[in-house]
Amino acid sequence: MTESLIFFALAAFILLGAVRVVASRDLVHAVLWLAVVLVLTAVMFLMLGAPFLAGVQLLLYTGGVITLMLFGVMLTRRHHEIGVEVDSSRRLPGALGALALFGAMACAIFRTDLPAWPSSAPVSALEIGRAFLTDHLIAFEVLSILLLAAMIGAIVLGRQSDFGDEPETVYRKGGRP
Amino acid sequence: MTMQTLLLLTSALFCMGIYGVLTRRNAIALLLSVELMINAVTINLVAFSRFGDGVTGQVFAVFTIALTVAEVVVGLAIVILLFRWRREIAIDSANELRH
Repeated sequence: MTESLIFFALAAFILLGAVRVVASRDLVHAVLWLAVVLVLTAVMFLMLGAPFLAGVQLLLYTGGVITLMLFGVMLTRRHHEIGVEVDSSRRLPGALGALALFGAMACAIFRTDLPAWPSSAPVSALEIGRAFLTDHLIAFEVLSILLLAAMIGAIVLGRQSDFGDEPETVYRKGGRP
Repeated sequence: MTMQTLLLLTSALFCMGIYGVLTRRNAIALLLSVELMINAVTINLVAFSRFGDGVTGQVFAVFTIALTVAEVVVGLAIVILLFRWRREIAIDSANELRH
């Protein structure tokens, strides 16, 4: 009883936060609401018997991704854009498309015979680590290569030398202004 | 907390992400909406692991989270590059491949 009460409260707050993420006019607010949604998702992971994932979610998402997003927002906005970042002309088709998709998925969910009660015990970090290093070893290594490639890609993309208006470009091309 | 309510919750989250992708013009707001969608999928994976076999779903969820982080890093690098080039990040303005 208590558990389902907590679950529904959590679900309501997650949905509320998600609405604010897609509808906030100020992007900084949208990012902070996304942080709320991600933290509540971590709590939901705890309820679903995934303490390791809850920790990873808090460390990676709310620690890393939100900070990066805030940097991105603040590095790329200009004064006259603050508060007018939603294009209202496409709201109706967007809402219709999303509602249609939700209707289709809800139909599929109601028609499928789903299990009502949890069938497995909570999974400890030990079990996940063992699964990574035995059954899913190759995928794990490929993932580390992917992370390395993403890091190198971000560094290459973020270099300042490709566009003409930076002073650094002039310096690198031989110091001739 | 049944499987059905969990799946309904994640579909609603996913559709809100879709709505954000369809309506937002700012590239970073678009990335935020994609985050919402990936978050919904991750909850789904964990739910299936809880109501199914246990470990595999959570291993998949860890993969999803790591992939999301890589996506955000590269996506933000591209957005900042776009800003440096066009001085704005409205996705409508990014309509050519040369500079």
